[in-house]
Formats: sequence, C-alpha cells, structure tokens
Amino acid sequence: MQWGSWAEFWAMGGYGLYVWGSFAVTLMCMAGEMASLITAERAARQREGEQA
Amino acid sequence: MKNPVTVLPSINWFKYSSPHSFYPLAGRMVPWFLAAAALFGLTGLYVAFFVAPTDFQQGESYRIIFVHVPAAWMSMFIYLVMASWAGAGLVFNTRLSGMMARALAPTGAMFTFLALWTGALWGKPTWGTWWVWDARLTSELILLFLYIGFLSLTAAIEDERRADRAGAVLALVGVVNIPIIYFSVVWWNTLHQGASVSLKSAPKMATTMLIGMLLLALAFWMYSIAAALLRVRSIIREREPRAAGED
Repeated sequence: MQWGSWAEFWAMGGYGLYVWGSFAVTLMCMAGEMASLITAERAARQREGEQA
Repeated sequence: MKNPVTVLPSINWFKYSSPHSFYPLAGRMVPWFLAAAALFGLTGLYVAFFVAPTDFQQGESYRIIFVHVPAAWMSMFIYLVMASWAGAGLVFNTRLSGMMARALAPTGAMFTFLALWTGALWGKPTWGTWWVWDARLTSELILLFLYIGFLSLTAAIEDERRADRAGAVLALVGVVNIPIIYFSVVWWNTLHQGASVSLKSAPKMATTMLIGMLLLALAFWMYSIAAALLRVRSIIREREPRAAGED
C-alpha cells in the first residue's frame, strides 16, 4: 500500500485532476451507454410480458 | 467412395446468423458478459490503484495508462470486428452481419473518444500540451471520424439493407487506418511513446502494472460484447419485430 491517507490517495501526487478526470469520464461514458441500453431492453421485455 | 461433404455432420453454420435464433441467444449471454466485466473491472481497478507502484519517472500521472491503453486497444479492435461483420454481410448477404456492424459502431466510437480524452489528460502533465498533430494522435482522430462517418451514413439511408451495404464499404475502406495507427509510433518520429506491450519483446513495465492494464482491457472487452449484444437486440426489435417475438 502506497497511500498514507485518503487525502493522499485523492491527490494522486498532484495529478488528481488528470487521473480522476480520465477515470471519471471513462466510467460515466460506459455507465451512461449501458444504462440507456438496459432501459431499452427492460422496456422491450415489459412489452413482451404484456403480450404473453 | 462417398462424397466427403455428405459425410460431414449436418451442422447448420448459418443457424445463428438468422436474427430469429440469435435474438434469444444474445439475451441469455448479456448477463454473463456484464458479470465478467464487473469482476475484471473491480480487480483491475484494485490492482491499478493499490498494488501497482508509483512510476519513477512520471509519478502518479502514469496511472492514466490503465484506462488509456485498454480504451485505445478497444477503439481499434472494435473497428476491425465491425469491418469484418460488414465484409461478411457484403459477401454472404446475411441480415445479421450488417446489424452486428451497426451495433458495434457506437461503442467503438465511445472508446475512440475515451482514448483521445484520456490521452489529452495524460499529455498535459507529461508533454505540457493537451494535443499535438502527431501521427499517432492524428490517425486516432481520423478513426473517430470514420466511426462518426459510418454512423451518419447508415443513419441517413432509409432502406436498412442499403444502409448496411453503404456502411460496409466505408468501414472496409477505413480499415487501412488501423495499421497506420498501430505502427505510427514506429514509422514516424512522434511524441507518443512506443508500444508498452508487444509480442516480440518483454513488456516495458512492472508486472503489476501490466496485470492491472490487462485486467481492465479484459473488462472493456467483456463490456463491449455485452453492449453490442444489447444493441443488436434493439436493432432486431426495430427491424424484424417478428424475430424478436414482437408482432
């Protein structure tokens, strides 16, 4: 373990903005895409259920 | 002597190339790929932040590599898979191929954007600039334009099968850009560093760094498959409601 504290962890040795800016945007893009795909899938399954 | 072809067991190789049989199969596979993505992703992040050591040259900023390289790999790999489906669609005239190509494009475009975005955030602290017009960065930007071109072209043509064919031609022509991206750091004198991992030489990084990067690459891979399967299901519902069981 290389981090003395959580503050040190979030600071990323002064590169916090760059490191977290990369990871956060990546996570947001992937979560956003998956959420919209799953919403469409759920709606379709609901329609299937109504038909059956 | 019997004709060898008739001796072969009669497997219908094209069974799952019909949207009707692929639709339920895709639906059953999605949860497994999502679970695998979550598993690889969480272990990968743990290794990336708590196991991999600080880089002696770049300090903590190097940790961007854990998303940058997997995103860049996926951006190129998805393009190749998309172009293969597109090509198969042109050759075999199977309906599912064009649908697969179009299901992959948005996810590929997203990873291309992420490779550029994380690259800019890494370039600023290490090179002192967000962007340079260097061979690697420029060819990756062209890849983003190819994805956007494919998406707009296929969206603009009303007849879906014609849209598939037009998109396929564009996708296949664009394949030439992939080796250009990959070898750009070798062919031209660029600011971008060379490949971190290659088949010919030992990786130029600590083992734990490499493991973290490979775990996240696997996670991105599983995620992309899940996303493509979900999207192809929605395309099938739209184009062939009967195959999706929606009349």
